[in-house]
Amino acid sequence: MDKEMVIKADKLTKRFGDFTAVDAVSFDVAKGEIFGFLGANGAGKTTAMRMLCGLSKPTSGEASVAGFDVFRYPEKIKKNIGYMSQKFSLYEDLTIKENIEFYGGIYGLTNKQIKDKGTELIDMLDLQAEANKLVRGLPLGWKQKLAFSVAIIHEPKIVFLDEPTGGVDPANRKQFWELIYETADKGITIFVTTHYLDEAEYCDRVSIMVDGKISALDTPSGLKKTYNAKDMNEVFFQLARNATRSGD
Amino acid sequence: MRTLMFLLRKEFRQIFRDPGMLRIILIMPVIQLLVLPRAADYEIKNINIAIEDYDHSVVSQQLTNKIISSGYFKLVGYHNDYNKGYELIERDKADIVLEIPVDFEQKLIRNNSQDLLVAVNAINGTKAIIGNGYLSSILMDYNKEIRMKWLPPTRFNELPTIDIVSSNWYNPNLVYAVFMVPGILVLLLTLIGGNLSAFNIVKEKEIGTIEQINVTPIKKHIFIMGKLIPFIIMGLVVFTLGMIIAVVVYGIIPVGSMLLLYLFALVYLVTLVGFGLLISTYSETQVQAQSLTFFFLIIFNLMSGLFTSIDSMPHWAQIITRFIPLSYFIEVMRMIVLKGSHFHDVAYQFTILIIMGLVLNTWAIINYRKTT
Repeated sequence: MDKEMVIKADKLTKRFGDFTAVDAVSFDVAKGEIFGFLGANGAGKTTAMRMLCGLSKPTSGEASVAGFDVFRYPEKIKKNIGYMSQKFSLYEDLTIKENIEFYGGIYGLTNKQIKDKGTELIDMLDLQAEANKLVRGLPLGWKQKLAFSVAIIHEPKIVFLDEPTGGVDPANRKQFWELIYETADKGITIFVTTHYLDEAEYCDRVSIMVDGKISALDTPSGLKKTYNAKDMNEVFFQLARNATRSGD
Repeated sequence: MRTLMFLLRKEFRQIFRDPGMLRIILIMPVIQLLVLPRAADYEIKNINIAIEDYDHSVVSQQLTNKIISSGYFKLVGYHNDYNKGYELIERDKADIVLEIPVDFEQKLIRNNSQDLLVAVNAINGTKAIIGNGYLSSILMDYNKEIRMKWLPPTRFNELPTIDIVSSNWYNPNLVYAVFMVPGILVLLLTLIGGNLSAFNIVKEKEIGTIEQINVTPIKKHIFIMGKLIPFIIMGLVVFTLGMIIAVVVYGIIPVGSMLLLYLFALVYLVTLVGFGLLISTYSETQVQAQSLTFFFLIIFNLMSGLFTSIDSMPHWAQIITRFIPLSYFIEVMRMIVLKGSHFHDVAYQFTILIIMGLVLNTWAIINYRKTT
């Protein structure tokens, strides 16, 4: 074994009635990796991610996250992961500091840890002037960076990001990815879904989901070689051309 | 326990930051307690009466005066044509028509008896029945007066009558507010406990913050407690405000123990907040939660014994009231505040409320799912 696998999925499936949202997907993610999860709207990215986070029970298949089985120990998984959902989910009627304090407290950080982490985080995001202001008033780009920082406040082994840069302008997206790299350097594994294909280039490995199945999984350069494409856009269109599900 | 503290701190920050919430908590009890007991009064006044006087005698005049000066009736028509009176009822201007026949005075003197016709508009049933009752007692009274005046006083009253003197215990002057205020206090706690709490978790579902909570290792019962406790505290604040108004404005000083009242308020709030949280675990949107709570609270209010007596409901309805927490607390409030009942008098209601509270809260915890 050369690398430690922190996420293992084997034929992971989720059905809602007749509809198979995620259809027997299998993949492994190594520690410290930036793993990109690409797919059109409705391809099943979010559902797959929610199963790995212990938010949704798989219908069949197997998966373990941070060494814990998703069926038996969803609450143990939750101690070891961070999660940033598609919807902005910090409390808009609390200040930046209060949000940090709340999530730090929920994850069981000591008061000193909360204080230190809070200061570090606010300095890193350069939000000193806004620290005591309500989150409601922040621009979207900053909100997303703050949400990401709060998601890793307890220094989890893995952080799941569900379309973290949706609706964010290019400059802020670039800054966001810098944050992701800094986090990965600390040894935190990043599992990120996106539909910005340029962002796929920033990932160590990329899986492309079409109609609930993983149709390709490789490094960006490997994918481009296989599909004889000049960029990820071309790779994606070749794969997604045959998709039957319409976007939602 | 430390997690709970963080949850509570967050909830209270949000509550105090929401001006709408504060207004509800502070202004609602004041308005309801000042307005409702005065407005929603059982005592029927302003009954519209039309008198059709075919007699136009001294006696019929006296009778008319007596009716009007009673204070309950408003004369809306005075003619000598029954059809005119009937028309007033048709047009909803009159509630009662009293017909005084021709030769009323003469026949009364000569025959010692005379019939009067009373026609009542029974669309508003309560008003009709009570109005009819008032009118009958005025007529009886008048009847007595006439006898006293006309019949020579005898040593032995030829018609023995039974005089009933009733004394009203616990509310000697039958003051309506004394009966109503304790009930409205319960209604307030119901609104705070059952209604506001129902929206809370749903609101987090709608804005998406619940996902972020569900992905943390927080324990379900801690989360529910974090939602339960703030509403209980708010409820107790409202209860205190209400008690102050009851004492200061209405002079209702509880006869029984204040401690017992607060104990019941606490248990009742736990039950009702549990109910609200249960609803919010079943609802996906605030509209759903609103419809559900509205449905239940209407039933709770109308069947609780607040406005109508449970004892006079049909048997099947009485069985339903057994499942309504409101009915126990209203009963107990009136017992403690007005009668000064002790704990052993209300132990049954206490036990039932505790059981209901346990069931509802456990149900809410079970039904709140972090993993779907």
